Amino acid sequence: MSDEKAAVTRRWVLVSIGAFLNGAVALLVAIPVVGYLLGPIRKNGGYNSWIDLGDVSQFALGETRLASFVSPGAMPWDGATGKAACWVRRTQEQKFQVFAINCAHLGCPVRWFPQSELFMCPCHGGVYYADGSRAAGPPPRGLFEYAYKVQNGKLLIDGGQMPTLANSASVRKESSACTG
Amino acid sequence: MHRLKQVYDWLEFRLKLEGPIKDTVLHPVPRNTASWWYVFGSASFVLLLLQIVTGILLAIVYVPSAGEAWNSLQVLNQQLPLGWFLRAMHGWGSNFMVAVVLIHMAQVFLFGAYKFPRELTWILGVFLLLMTLGMAFTGQVMRFDQDAYWGLGIGASIVSRVPFIGGPLVELLLGGPIIAGPTLTRFFALHVFVIPGMMLTFAALHIWMVVGLGINDWPMPGRVVRRSTYIQEYHELTQKDGIPFVPGAVWKDMIFSAAILFAVALCAVFLGPFGPTGFPDPTIIQTVPKPDFFFLWLYTILSFLPENLETPFILIAPVVGILFLLALPFFAGEGEKSWHRRPIAVLSITLLAVGFAVCQHLGTYTPWSPEMQAWSGDTVPIKYVHGATPLGRQGQIVFQAKQCRNCHMLGGVGGQRGPELDGVATRLTYDQLVRQVLQGGGNMPAYGKNLSPAEVTALVSFLETLHPDGQLPAQNAAQRYIDTGELDPKK
Repeated sequence: MSDEKAAVTRRWVLVSIGAFLNGAVALLVAIPVVGYLLGPIRKNGGYNSWIDLGDVSQFALGETRLASFVSPGAMPWDGATGKAACWVRRTQEQKFQVFAINCAHLGCPVRWFPQSELFMCPCHGGVYYADGSRAAGPPPRGLFEYAYKVQNGKLLIDGGQMPTLANSASVRKESSACTG
Repeated sequence: MHRLKQVYDWLEFRLKLEGPIKDTVLHPVPRNTASWWYVFGSASFVLLLLQIVTGILLAIVYVPSAGEAWNSLQVLNQQLPLGWFLRAMHGWGSNFMVAVVLIHMAQVFLFGAYKFPRELTWILGVFLLLMTLGMAFTGQVMRFDQDAYWGLGIGASIVSRVPFIGGPLVELLLGGPIIAGPTLTRFFALHVFVIPGMMLTFAALHIWMVVGLGINDWPMPGRVVRRSTYIQEYHELTQKDGIPFVPGAVWKDMIFSAAILFAVALCAVFLGPFGPTGFPDPTIIQTVPKPDFFFLWLYTILSFLPENLETPFILIAPVVGILFLLALPFFAGEGEKSWHRRPIAVLSITLLAVGFAVCQHLGTYTPWSPEMQAWSGDTVPIKYVHGATPLGRQGQIVFQAKQCRNCHMLGGVGGQRGPELDGVATRLTYDQLVRQVLQGGGNMPAYGKNLSPAEVTALVSFLETLHPDGQLPAQNAAQRYIDTGELDPKK
């Protein structure tokens, strides 16, 4: 009787060792998998870089117009989604405001209405004034702004990430400080 | 025939499936559960199978690449024989599945089926509902058109509101900094491998438990569920007044499932596939993104929530709702099953159904969105132009040019974001109109910076004429005394 009990115990020890080994290997394999899955996360602004929007002369003084660019991190298989658009407002000879097209409420594309001088969002009716500040509707803040600089007659913006309440295209106060 | 029997015996000797299958199909169910009310669960499962079959057939052609997905759907729609029909079946099958799953859940809730001993069956069912909704959302992403693109933008914006980890979560959701190739591939993996795999496992366990524990007995007022006695009572019920599941109850399931599949096919043939809508180019901003049918209610709620409630509501309400559903069988695991004795249950379902319907209706007609094209073609109605003063006509031009109609209706044309302006003069006095135009408020932008004083005067002079014949415009009650100077102490 005692012999049998001992034999069973020894086998169970072996089973435990087997289970432990499998667990250890699984853990070792899982660590790089977690790293792989968390790959897209970078610290805020980690994706941003300076993007050329073209000659400043394209943007008439006092006007607001749409400009498009290719996101710096675009993949060959992104197709058209590798592109992005922004609203460029030229307030003075060397002063611009570059707004993300994404509404601060839920990211829908806002449209500029030059006659009434408002940005309007087609989703839930968010409205912004010409300077990007919130005018009406559900948005919790004004339009997201890109930092910009003028270099060799070109307008450059600091972009590359879809702006949301957590990932701003860039911080508001930076854009006014950074006048190129 | 003899040969067939030999083959069957050869297989059965090795598979040993006859016993369990016989037990399953012949297990006794209470006679009155062979009801048309009990057909929604099996119909949900049949729809799941339909989605798997049509999904695999679509995956043969579909290209899960941000650059090509939209084009491959065009090929399916336009060039491959019956490709459009498969897309339509899959799309309508999805809508039917969400609907039937919701009905199934409401029925199970009203019949008290979540009570002892079927708590776990209910909990798996809650997860199956969430996965069904997850499939509906990820499926909309597969279409990768403008609606899908901006729908992802809405998803990312919602996720970004999570405190502290919102930013990294958005990047995880999108697979990078923007909505692009990596976004589609990860949603493809979710839609095709992860969620369906989980769904099949959960659905199998769900059905296993339904068979093992027996179908919920028809609720009778006064027949109260008690943990100590229920199993024995149920056993007696099936022994005394039971019929075998096959053929006693199953024929209703089969007829209903066939009818549902036929309805899906009819919708597919006559109403066609869903989209794809516009090409997913984010630089094309002439788009009015809208979610698929079963997310319109959410779209509505996001429009009407006050700003300071929005983030807490979006993040907390779903968690509370799901936790409530999961906890339900534990705090209401015993007691009355019959809806005749459960007024709160009936009231909750009614309230949810009415709320859902209202939100869906509002979502369909989106009265909160500005009418983006309203200004361009529609003219001021002739009755307002006729007999207008020169100043009033000048005001009508301002009204047209400044696109007031994006938000305001006039003569039945225009947006519904702001109030209709026919008759506005009976509601606001001249001074109030000027103030409203200049300063905005009540969700209207201020136009003080965009209009010259002359334009404001002209515009308000026009608005002043917007009152029905025979009804005077609103007036400040004190105006007469101000005009005549009657109460001026200096006089």
